[in-house]
Amino acid sequence: MQATRRRLTLGLAGLLLGAGTIGLRAATQPEEKVIKILARKFTYSPNKLTLKKGVPVVLELTTADVLMGFSVPDFDIRADIIPGKVVRVRLVPDKVGTFAFLCDIFCGTGHETMNGTISVVA
Amino acid sequence: MKHPIDRREFLKLAGLGGVVFASSLGAARAAGTMAAAKGGTYDDFYFVQLSDPHWGFEGPPNPDAKGTLKKAVAAVNSLSEQPDFIVFTGDLTHTTDDPKVRRQRLTQFKEIVSELKVKDVRFMPGEHDASLDRGEAYQEFFGKTHYTFDHKGVHFIALDNVSDPRALIGEEQLQWLAADLKAQPQDANIVVLTHRPLFDLYPQWDWATRDGAQAIDLLMPHPHVTVFYGHIHQEHHKMTGHIAHHAAKGLMFPLPVAGSQPQRNPLPWDPAHPYQGLGFRDIEAEAKNAEFKLTELPVQKA
Repeated sequence: MQATRRRLTLGLAGLLLGAGTIGLRAATQPEEKVIKILARKFTYSPNKLTLKKGVPVVLELTTADVLMGFSVPDFDIRADIIPGKVVRVRLVPDKVGTFAFLCDIFCGTGHETMNGTISVVA
Repeated sequence: MKHPIDRREFLKLAGLGGVVFASSLGAARAAGTMAAAKGGTYDDFYFVQLSDPHWGFEGPPNPDAKGTLKKAVAAVNSLSEQPDFIVFTGDLTHTTDDPKVRRQRLTQFKEIVSELKVKDVRFMPGEHDASLDRGEAYQEFFGKTHYTFDHKGVHFIALDNVSDPRALIGEEQLQWLAADLKAQPQDANIVVLTHRPLFDLYPQWDWATRDGAQAIDLLMPHPHVTVFYGHIHQEHHKMTGHIAHHAAKGLMFPLPVAGSQPQRNPLPWDPAHPYQGLGFRDIEAEAKNAEFKLTELPVQKA
């Protein structure tokens, strides 16, 4: 039920996020794959992504509990994941390798292991 | 300080094995990585920096979790010449989601460090102390999270980059910093004490302050600025322009070099070398050479 509610709020949230959403205009283009990532204390699900170099994707971020961060320093991407909202960020994987993403808002005892990886293949 | 060299020699003779930072500011300049700290006049003195005791942590990375801080206190108390003052640059306690336990840990920490002979002790929070309640519990025990003080011609600024869980100093504090710096002579000797690195040391492991660059921009017009911080549980030295940044070892578990392993997990305890990677430092302000000299000291004798 929660997931349904999130989907219902998705459209409104997208409008409301405005400048806070990276690449919003591009994110709405239908041809780009959308990957949903759910944050909760103290994990991301999924926490391992594999992307193809040069193929942009939209990451759709939600949190199941508290305010979380989502940061991919190697791609200069970060966002606040606010409870009750859907945050979209566009990621252009323009280099091959394995890159860390992490929660950069201190969220509790497991904060320091709340991370994941993005593998970009040729 | 009357006899700084004698004291350092004593540290060696006493087996404390202090390693003098080979590039105390003058030598570092020769190495092309540091700048001198020559500024307005100041008197000789020294202070001690301790960092990241993480009181309340338990786990294999430190089988003596309840004893290490006490050993560090004893080591500081055993220094032949006591420092003018002592600073703790954050993560006094290990984080907990329980506000009651947080206060218990702060109470216990305060009791242990009350055994320090030197009573002029300055505290700063780390994210483990302050990020879950915006510094509320911390302030009950230690007061303000950002402040200034002056000592023998050096202006000290304690900056809080942890009470905001987003690792932000924040606009209000940045304005406070700007106003404070404006009141200082341009050539003032300035020391910044903080927890997180103000520069992007390794954001992939959250080793950064999101708006730290704004603080550095405010400090840049001042030619004599040195930053001492913690957070990364290891010695680290970095220049941003003419500003030197020195990270201190921790007192609970060492962390790996940035990016040297997939996760920033603590380095394992080595029974053959207990307390390896842990320690504290003394920092000498030497007027004669117009520089700070850093000496790294272990928790206990080798």
